[in-house]
Amino acid sequence: MQALLDEFPVILNAFWLTIRLTLASGAAALVLGTILAAMRVSPLPVLRGIGTAYVNILRNTPLTLVIVFCGLGLGLVLDVSFSTSLSTNYLWLSIIGLSAYTAAFVCEAIRSGINTVPVGQAEAARAIGLTFSQNLRLIVLPQALRAVVAPLGSILIALTKNTTIAAAIGVTEASLTMKTLFEAHGDAVVPIFFGFALGFLVLTLPTGLLFTWLSRRLAVVR
Amino acid sequence: MSTRSTDILYDAPGPRARARNTVLTVVVVVVALLAAYTMVAKLGEKNQLDPALWTPFLRGDVWINLIVPGLLNTLSAALVASLIAVPFGFVLGIGRLSDHALIRVPAGVVVEFFRAIPLLIMIFAVMYGGSAVFGLTVTPFAAVVVGLVLYNGSVLAEIVRAGIQAVPRGQSEAAYAVGLRKGQVMRMILLPQAVTAMMPAIVSQLVVLLKDTALGFIVSFEDLLNAGARVLPSNFNNLIPSVIVIAVVYIIINLVVGAVATWLERRSRRSRKTTATPVEPPGAIVVAGTTPGVSAVD
Repeated sequence: MQALLDEFPVILNAFWLTIRLTLASGAAALVLGTILAAMRVSPLPVLRGIGTAYVNILRNTPLTLVIVFCGLGLGLVLDVSFSTSLSTNYLWLSIIGLSAYTAAFVCEAIRSGINTVPVGQAEAARAIGLTFSQNLRLIVLPQALRAVVAPLGSILIALTKNTTIAAAIGVTEASLTMKTLFEAHGDAVVPIFFGFALGFLVLTLPTGLLFTWLSRRLAVVR
Repeated sequence: MSTRSTDILYDAPGPRARARNTVLTVVVVVVALLAAYTMVAKLGEKNQLDPALWTPFLRGDVWINLIVPGLLNTLSAALVASLIAVPFGFVLGIGRLSDHALIRVPAGVVVEFFRAIPLLIMIFAVMYGGSAVFGLTVTPFAAVVVGLVLYNGSVLAEIVRAGIQAVPRGQSEAAYAVGLRKGQVMRMILLPQAVTAMMPAIVSQLVVLLKDTALGFIVSFEDLLNAGARVLPSNFNNLIPSVIVIAVVYIIINLVVGAVATWLERRSRRSRKTTATPVEPPGAIVVAGTTPGVSAVD
């Protein structure tokens, strides 16, 4: 227990990194996922094909592999560099991996949202002469996004938990910090574990509640 | 709305739209080819296109000695974890529906706890906790399997609960009316119908489990990812080619298992052995006409 108190600032720092990883990857995944969803419903078969291929490849690849590819493949072999600091560079590379992976799930969520918009909405939009992109931007997507707030919430929770996998390329977020603390305090493994488990509960449970509330508030009344 | 297709978002193209679509298609193809070319050029610049890095994958001995052992470890971890996680999930799922708070509450706490914390944290805890608390030497294999069982067992418990609740109430009411006891209702009426309804969701979750075995890489479990990211690169210095090849292997395995889930779902949708509609995996994103594969988030 004493170890947990002594290391409290370290633990707080680790969770702060977890939160930053989640927010950065979540924002990037939301943008990329929306673009992918638009591609998958577009009139151009090429765009649909690219979107489908992306989603099927990323969804069926283990996230650990994606992150290792970003960290070692892009980082070490191809010298992709965002920062002179090694740790910041790996942080950005892990954000790329996390958002690329999560975007596939966001895309599918939004696409399922598009399917919940009544057919009449899109038909009415076409009847008054809106083009595909106007139809999507002004009529369908605003309703679709409001319908998928709850699934996007579960994706965000899954992402929060998935940020731990950045440990594979040495990003010192919560899980890697926990492992380091296990090694430093071999006699306090149990309290340290419950401390970190509690940290994740504190992050994920309110997110779940918030998104349930949001999804009710934002639901399209029909 | 399974008949719903998204092409209602635009009109059937007339002559002008067809011409515009052709132009746009050409533009997209050119941009895609440019992007692909940039990537390939970058690979070439770093000597990643050297045939020496790719030819090992044409050799049988490389597959037999370096890749297949990893693949077998991945598959055996997934198999062992599945075989334990499924009964574990049934026990917890049925426990959560118990009339006795003494069984219901602990089952609920276990399910919610293990679902809320990241699997990697669990795997680390098993590895270090096993030796620190119980004085056991925990192999990476055991840590991965225990972690997978606790997490996926909890998710499966929710599937089981949803499956049992998907059986119409009339079924158990009728069973009680003919004089069956609680245990008999569960065993003879609810479970047989629920299992058919939850089969596809269980198989989808097993795809997630299989994918999650790759976490073992982080604790030095010698799995398929380890073969691709550590073993092969240390032999041929070909990290990028081998990670790509290993990714293809993972994708093929997951698509095959995912196709089984889709097939099971079709079968159970038209099954007359159950009155329950198929259960969706927790957190699943369901879109009409999606291709097989992983549908659950994470």
